[in-house]
Amino acid sequence: MQIIKHDINIDFVGKRKLAMIISGVVILLGLASLVINGGPNYGIDFVGGTLVQVKFTENTDAGKIKDSLSTLDLGSVVVQHFGDDANEYLVRVQESANNKELSKLISGSLESSYGAGKVEIRRVEMVGPQVGKDLRQKGLLSILYAMIGILIYISWRFELRFAIGAIIALLHDVMITLGAFSLSGREIDLPIIAAFLAIIGYSLNDTIIVYDRIRENYGKHQKKGFTAVVNSSINETLSRTILTSGTTMLVVLALFVFGGGVIHNFAFALLIGILVGTYSSIFVASPVLIFWDDYRSGGQKKVAAEGGAR
Amino acid sequence: MSNSLKIRTGLVLGCLILALVSLGPTLFGSDLPDWWRKTFDPIHLGLDLQGGMHLVLGVDVDKAVESRLDTIVDQSEDLLREKDVIFKRIDRSSGERIIVTVYDEEAGEQADAIMAENFPNLEAMTLTAEGAYIQKNYRLSDNEIEAVREYAVRQALETLRNRVDQFGVSEPTLQRQEGNRILIQLPGVKDPQRAIDLLGKTARLEFKMVMEDANPQDAIAGNLPAGGQLLYERRVDPRSGAVSESPLIVEDKTVLTGDLLSNAQVRIDTRFNDPYVAIDFNSVGAKRFDQITGANVGKRMAIVLDDTVYSAPVIRERISGGSAQVSGSFTEQEATDLAIVLRAGSLPAPVDILENRTVGPSLGQDSIDQGMRSVLIGFVLVVVAMLVYYKFSGLVANTVLMLNLVFIMAMLSIFGATLTLPGIAGIVLTVGMAVDANVLIFERIREELRLGRTPRAALEAGFEKAKLTIIDANVTTLIAALVLFQFGTGPVKGFAVTLSVGIISSLFTAVVVSRLIFDLYLSRSKVDRLSI
Repeated sequence: MQIIKHDINIDFVGKRKLAMIISGVVILLGLASLVINGGPNYGIDFVGGTLVQVKFTENTDAGKIKDSLSTLDLGSVVVQHFGDDANEYLVRVQESANNKELSKLISGSLESSYGAGKVEIRRVEMVGPQVGKDLRQKGLLSILYAMIGILIYISWRFELRFAIGAIIALLHDVMITLGAFSLSGREIDLPIIAAFLAIIGYSLNDTIIVYDRIRENYGKHQKKGFTAVVNSSINETLSRTILTSGTTMLVVLALFVFGGGVIHNFAFALLIGILVGTYSSIFVASPVLIFWDDYRSGGQKKVAAEGGAR
Repeated sequence: MSNSLKIRTGLVLGCLILALVSLGPTLFGSDLPDWWRKTFDPIHLGLDLQGGMHLVLGVDVDKAVESRLDTIVDQSEDLLREKDVIFKRIDRSSGERIIVTVYDEEAGEQADAIMAENFPNLEAMTLTAEGAYIQKNYRLSDNEIEAVREYAVRQALETLRNRVDQFGVSEPTLQRQEGNRILIQLPGVKDPQRAIDLLGKTARLEFKMVMEDANPQDAIAGNLPAGGQLLYERRVDPRSGAVSESPLIVEDKTVLTGDLLSNAQVRIDTRFNDPYVAIDFNSVGAKRFDQITGANVGKRMAIVLDDTVYSAPVIRERISGGSAQVSGSFTEQEATDLAIVLRAGSLPAPVDILENRTVGPSLGQDSIDQGMRSVLIGFVLVVVAMLVYYKFSGLVANTVLMLNLVFIMAMLSIFGATLTLPGIAGIVLTVGMAVDANVLIFERIREELRLGRTPRAALEAGFEKAKLTIIDANVTTLIAALVLFQFGTGPVKGFAVTLSVGIISSLFTAVVVSRLIFDLYLSRSKVDRLSI
């Protein structure tokens, strides 16, 4: 079976300006949302705070839960529904460290309004502000280190311009995913950093396969011109790109739908990342090479023209 | 069959057998013979899957330095008195300094000599004058401060280990981390709040004399008598269980501490059925307790735990046996836990809970179920897609995918890695990405076939050309995974582990195993057309 005909020849490269506009708009949208919300919506892993996941045996709603906690004077309390279960909620409190009894207080006051045995504390996460700061710093550093490592490896295996193209594509993917998180009001916590690194790895995987073909074809058909080689390379790898992205999307979708609430945002990040990563290896990483090539040969022509005038 | 084919078949079969053997304990548990279970551990489940508690405690090492200075202040006060040095006062300033205030140069020099002789770790600092007095300043050397801090963390780790051992959790983990932090993991802990109470308590037991003539109300208003300390006595109403606190002025100086006790046990007071904690002092403690009680008959002695007065009984007579009791309307649980912390010893400095992640067992089980379900569904979807798209070759890819899963689990078991929920997500992701290597190879083979090559030639060229691409693509993902492993904690590390293991395993299965299957197929029969 074939989805993509083997002699397909779509002019991807010709649409690189349009692609640039689309990418630019999507990134700007995400950035605007980030600016309006005052930066990424960090979860308690990165800003500190306490999160309690509670399961009730009877139907209730966020307002009622909040009311029953109001006597505790916990500062800002956020209650939201969680996961697939109808009666499961997350209670989020800004307060964290040095309150060794916070979860006891919360469960005690919920039990007194719902009745003993009707409330189950399923998960408690408390992160102090200092630890949160450390984790945030480490998370950002890890993304930086990963990018540096990748830059070195690709420069070694290919050329610097390929490495730069790959990094631009990665930044593109991470920024769009970050924007999608901001737009959908999702929180960024520790596992999301892991998801970002997985996206980086995946997007790169995709990019390298196209690059590898460009490198191979450029040796064979130099006469056709760089732009044509890039375009035919994208077309030749298209059926692989579609198939691999397809299977990966299938499993991530399974994770997103069936993986449960704890892993939901993680799967969401992967879903967006894989979609954008596939797009970026075709429409971002490869065109960057052409822009670079145009810029360089433009410069060379100028030098040649000046030389002729002398 | 050619030699190379035999060797490769042997290698793959060997790996498969090793993998299956190592997975035995995970799959069949206790039914297996002893040697088997001893050689290979079952796969460890992370706290997020089996339920449990992950705590990071921060040791307040500055408090340890302060209390070391306080000890020096007490000791040097006695020394200066013994040597008849006339001094106005000696105290600790907030800047971690000891200040001896004297009236003249001569006394200052005497003080210098005594301090230098007895406390070689103290550094004399500049003199400051305060009115007509001379203040001699001393501070601990940097090395000594470092040593006190280091000791405090080590001692805290030791004490916490004792407490955890008495708490009764199977396979607890206690680790020292950077920045005076201590990581504690308690898998399957039943009562997380009790664990926090038990571990977070400093458990500094002190005996202090009550200042009977001081008025607590004055002290609350800010008029604390010299050498006095305002503490609160905790009282529990036995009927309503309500806790009330009443102020009490005690002498600043601690007459005896819990360091000198040899045992602590829960007893029940037969009159009121109230549990209390009976403590036995060691010989030094017993002697000192004997002296103190002898000298203070008729006065009240406060029993202070972590700056809360639990009781302040009147000393009726000299107590020589070396035993005392701490009572204070405890529940039986509270008394048991108090006895545990007293036996395990006090922490050298208070600890703060910096991070607490607790997952209940029911959520853990749900996560396992949901994780396994998504692996299964994802796997089936991919298998069907590959079969439809590549037919016979899809079957090869699926066989290899199956093997891949077996190898990933086996490596987790062999390396003693921990499987977490993000780790399961890593496996799911690997399932999706593992077929990529096969897809790359198959697409290459199709291209070669289109160029008119024979199946064997197309196969050879396809594998050769795809190999480098596959390695390049996977190494970069591996870089990201390894960085993640370095940085990650707990569950995130689990993701990095399964992703790395998955990449290595899928490289091996795609490049070696699926090639082998094709070669075996081609060597058995004459193939005109490759089903791909």
